[in-house]
Amino acid sequence: MQYLCMLYLDETEWAKMSLEAGEQRMAAYTAYDDALRQAGVHVGGSRLHPSSTATTIRNADDRPMVLDGPYADSKEQLGGYFIIDVPDMDAAISWASRCPTTGHGVVEIRPLSSSCESATHLSPGS
Amino acid sequence: MTDNNGDERARWTADVVARHSYGKLVAFLTARTRDVAAAEDALSEAFASALANWPTKGCPANPEAWLLITARRKLIDGVRRQRNGEKKAEQLRILSDGLAVATADLEIPDHRLALMFACAHPALDANTRAPLMLQVVLGLDARKIAASFLTSPAAMGKRLVRAKDKIRRTGIPFHLPDQEELPARLGSVLDAVYAIFAEGWSDPERTDSTRRDFSEEAIFLGILLVELLPNEPETFGLLALILHAEARRAARRGADGEYVPLADQNHALWDAQMIDRAERLLRHASTLGSIGRYQIEAALQSAHVHRCRSGHANWPDIVRLYDGLLVYCKSPVVALNRILALAEIQGAGAALSAMGQIDQDSRLSDYQPYWAARAHLLAKIGSYSEARRAYAIAIGLERDTSVRRFLLRRQAALEYCRSLPSGQNHPEARPLPQSRA
Repeated sequence: MQYLCMLYLDETEWAKMSLEAGEQRMAAYTAYDDALRQAGVHVGGSRLHPSSTATTIRNADDRPMVLDGPYADSKEQLGGYFIIDVPDMDAAISWASRCPTTGHGVVEIRPLSSSCESATHLSPGS
Repeated sequence: MTDNNGDERARWTADVVARHSYGKLVAFLTARTRDVAAAEDALSEAFASALANWPTKGCPANPEAWLLITARRKLIDGVRRQRNGEKKAEQLRILSDGLAVATADLEIPDHRLALMFACAHPALDANTRAPLMLQVVLGLDARKIAASFLTSPAAMGKRLVRAKDKIRRTGIPFHLPDQEELPARLGSVLDAVYAIFAEGWSDPERTDSTRRDFSEEAIFLGILLVELLPNEPETFGLLALILHAEARRAARRGADGEYVPLADQNHALWDAQMIDRAERLLRHASTLGSIGRYQIEAALQSAHVHRCRSGHANWPDIVRLYDGLLVYCKSPVVALNRILALAEIQGAGAALSAMGQIDQDSRLSDYQPYWAARAHLLAKIGSYSEARRAYAIAIGLERDTSVRRFLLRRQAALEYCRSLPSGQNHPEARPLPQSRA
């Protein structure tokens, strides 16, 4: 099964960090990314630009309205994600708990709706 | 055999299989598909077919296998009706794989333990784990479960549906956790079984047949755990704890239905055989090489029984056991019970000052035994009006009518004390009721 691991963290922390601490954190994420690839469970993932770059689109009066800023205005913002392919939820929890984010933020795990299901729903041919 | 007899026999056989095999059948049907709700639906259809077929055609030689094969067929029919082609093929393949095993040797593998671990998975809402286990492993309906857990059947139904949905969609596995994770994961299974027992325990008069069943179900699950995990000391600890408490059930109410605290209970009403069994289980647990919360709680029960039977005040031992218990669960309730044991050694005044450490804990503010204990200690040092107020809060918080009457009597006794010349014994000058008495 595939799972999306969403990494929520306090973005202001990063700016306050010393160069050395920042490098250490980067190294931890690189090592984690490598471990996911090594184990063959890595499907995708990336760090995201800060939420100040976010744009939100919602419907107003039947017309899409474009807004500056993230969807949820909370202290912890989505800062990155991984998609992993593992046998079950226990394996997903075990990988997510190794993610460096758990040391300074929160990881939310969500199962991806199965690939064949999404194929029928999303592919333009269906 | 007349039709009537056939009907009765069919119903009786179906009841027996339901009682002993429900969880086993659900576990087997769910193991590969992870769809608990679909397995339960298929099984209930299979039970309905059994009641329709068995009276006329006679009960099958292996009713368990008959039900499994019928339920499996219903499950496959259900999948065939689904729209999604690719997924359907995959599910049918999974289902027919397992079917071959079941029909070949007619011995259904027991996956109930894996099912219990799934029901108590940490990714599920903690308050839903015990109800889920009652429904999925034992086959109780939401109405019956809701009545005991003080929620509406509709709300309970929704919680159970949501939990099953999460199991299926998030891929919560139906296998035992790895050896390194087993102790932590086993803890939540044991907690759920204990919560089931506690629900049954709250009806000591056994007036409510639903709750009475719950203590029996918890014992059934406890025995199952001991059989399926014979190397885990905490499973033995839990069963010992449950049996110790259950053994004293008949003594917890007087002939008039009034609440009787542990210190005043008639030992002849205790189930001596059950106590012996609990003691053997606890001794066996201690040979398995690791201590834990449930073993310590069972040891506390054992120490209370020993004190009441022998008259030998073993309060220092009890304080030490509570110290040990605090290492495993830092609950204010454990801290409270420790202070009450301390009161027996150092007196009520010392206990009241020790209570200062836990007074601020908001979890105690609506916990009846905390206020009753406080009132009891205050009465002992002669602070009658404060004791009266504390009893009033305890009485307001209590649900059980006979415990409420007991507290009212104690509160009324304070008036009598106030009129006594100082130095005379308060009628409460005797061992305290333990919170689980």
